[in-house]
Amino acid sequence: MNEVNNKGAKSFLIEKLFMGMSLREYVKTLITPFNIAAGILILIAIPLVLIRYIKGIGSLGDASNDTPWSSLIGFNVLSVEALAAGGYTICSAVYIFRMKRYYPFVRAAILSAFIGYFTVVVALLIDLGRPWRLPYPMFYSFGVTSVMFLVGWLVSLYLLTQFLEFSPAILEWLNMKRLRNWVEKFAIGLTIMGITLAVLHQSALGGLFLIAPGKLHPLWYSPFLPVFFFISSIASGISMVILMSILSIRFFKDKIDYNFKEHLGELTISLGKAASVVLFTYFGLKIIGIAHGHNWNLLNTPYGYWFLVEIFVFVLLPCFLFLFGVRKKSVSLIRFTSIITIIGIIINRINVTIITFNWNLDERNYPGWKELLISVTIIVTAVLAFRWIVNRMPVLKEHPDYKRID
Amino acid sequence: MKIDRRDFLKSLSAIGVSGIIGSSEKVFASEDLSGYPDRLGMLTDLILCNGCRLCEKACKEAHNLPPHKKPLEDESVFEKIRRPDDKFLTVVNRYTNTDNEEEPVYRKVQCNHCDEPSCVSACLVGALKKTPEGAVIYNEDVCIGCRYCMIACPFYIPAYEFDDPLSPAIKKCDFCYDVRIKKGGIPACAEICPVEAITFGKRSQLIEFATERIRKNPEKYIDHIYGEHEVGGTSWMYISGVPFEQLGFDMNLGIKPSPELTRGFLSAVPLVMIIGPALLAGIRAFTKNREQNSEKSEQKES
Repeated sequence: MNEVNNKGAKSFLIEKLFMGMSLREYVKTLITPFNIAAGILILIAIPLVLIRYIKGIGSLGDASNDTPWSSLIGFNVLSVEALAAGGYTICSAVYIFRMKRYYPFVRAAILSAFIGYFTVVVALLIDLGRPWRLPYPMFYSFGVTSVMFLVGWLVSLYLLTQFLEFSPAILEWLNMKRLRNWVEKFAIGLTIMGITLAVLHQSALGGLFLIAPGKLHPLWYSPFLPVFFFISSIASGISMVILMSILSIRFFKDKIDYNFKEHLGELTISLGKAASVVLFTYFGLKIIGIAHGHNWNLLNTPYGYWFLVEIFVFVLLPCFLFLFGVRKKSVSLIRFTSIITIIGIIINRINVTIITFNWNLDERNYPGWKELLISVTIIVTAVLAFRWIVNRMPVLKEHPDYKRID
Repeated sequence: MKIDRRDFLKSLSAIGVSGIIGSSEKVFASEDLSGYPDRLGMLTDLILCNGCRLCEKACKEAHNLPPHKKPLEDESVFEKIRRPDDKFLTVVNRYTNTDNEEEPVYRKVQCNHCDEPSCVSACLVGALKKTPEGAVIYNEDVCIGCRYCMIACPFYIPAYEFDDPLSPAIKKCDFCYDVRIKKGGIPACAEICPVEAITFGKRSQLIEFATERIRKNPEKYIDHIYGEHEVGGTSWMYISGVPFEQLGFDMNLGIKPSPELTRGFLSAVPLVMIIGPALLAGIRAFTKNREQNSEKSEQKES
């Protein structure tokens, strides 16, 4: 390669990566309290992960024969997949039900889903006994009677679909016009595929526990687990969109060119309305779950109180708060409620995987600081990745040269 | 309508996975699980067991596991109820006999080798398998270490080598399949038992034998063979002189094989795979139509 070309390529790269700044300017912008905190977390987490690869999963000290799955599965896989539901929720609203007002947020939602699922893979690479065999169920050895096999396939296909759905943004960023226009032709097909896969695998995550009726506490076990997981993922997805949209406005002010801000209040209120309906449905289903299992008597036990906290404080309360917020047109109340909903979904997933699983055993481990620190670090890194991409690619703005389909 | 696994496979092939699955029919061992007529089994008579723990020792030797740290005579291990783990594929626990406090009851615990095992149906790479001889065996070479079998097992049996970084494996009783059964031998624990508390044989004959023993000594034995019907039947069965509940046996497992619990859900998946996209595309077409209509009527009005 001759020197001129080389220089051209280099400046293209710098332009793209440093957003037009010089290296020194760019590094200066990186020194912020959040980045420093994130850096410290990453510096602590990396050695912990290395020790795990040298000494085994036991070195994190949390997963054991009594608690086969700890926070890397309970939080980083099950909870994060529920939180990543914003992608398919918004895609359905915009492309299937044609609620075009949400359109400006489609790419951000898809990106958050893609990054969310990517962190799931990262967590699996740390938590699986032999992570290098992760592709086995896809290409080498098949256990087709397993719900886990289904989850593996669905999550992989969904990850691929999300990447393809987001790829026009990458191609626009790289000015690869022809390829971008070609990919865009498949957009609707991909979207429909993505929604189907998401619906299936959100339910399949609940389906994982169908096989263990005596081991999961009866208040949480139900033959309807797949439906519980699916319906609650919608509430979680909507809440994530409410939260991410306001955070985006706050932190990516100059990256938004839709007249997004003026309509955001209105959008948030209609999302709140939807979330309220979904949570009410979910609450009803949970009650039917108790009735179906004749488990009323268990409500008056310590596990029962915890169950009541989950469904009243984190399902019914946000359901009414959303409704109240819609009535009073209080956008801030709806935002606050979306946080309660998200916490509630995380509590539910952790209840099912860790807290009420193997409730019959006397001794169980709860996640200790090492594994929790790794869990948190993965999420923080995901936020960094999200920010890195939004700062560079046309996610919250429309690229002037390209028109998107609707 | 009951959709069995064969139908599920057919529907899967309809969505284009057939090429992959068709070539791997042998991992589909669970298909004829209920059938193996000559499958073997074990019968533990808890009245006879004296808690000598020689079975633990023999098991460790047969599987090249590190030997006991304390001598077998040391009774302090009985202070805690233990579960099999990666170093002990079988353990003997002591329970107080409420009828006669002088004579405690000992119970040997290990994999029960279910006729339709949860773990086999749960394994996403088919690493676990029920052999025609009745043993539930594990193939370390394909295991990815997801530990879903540990979640699925109703008896809390599979244990994992959490401290092994490079080749962690699931550890559980394998009925001495490789080291003995395949060579026509009998499992190490049954062979060593000095009081003949463990009987090895064809499962069908063991049930007859156990029934006979209970019938002849109705005052000594509880009229139940644990494992005859539990979770669809297990190869390892127990008879006892004290109620099974008092010995930590789970009496709420029911008689339905665990794989049945996920069958309905799995069969629904291919249907959703096909109907889902059609439905979504339909709704999209419908909303488009509505949109155009409303645009037209707007134009008319203006």
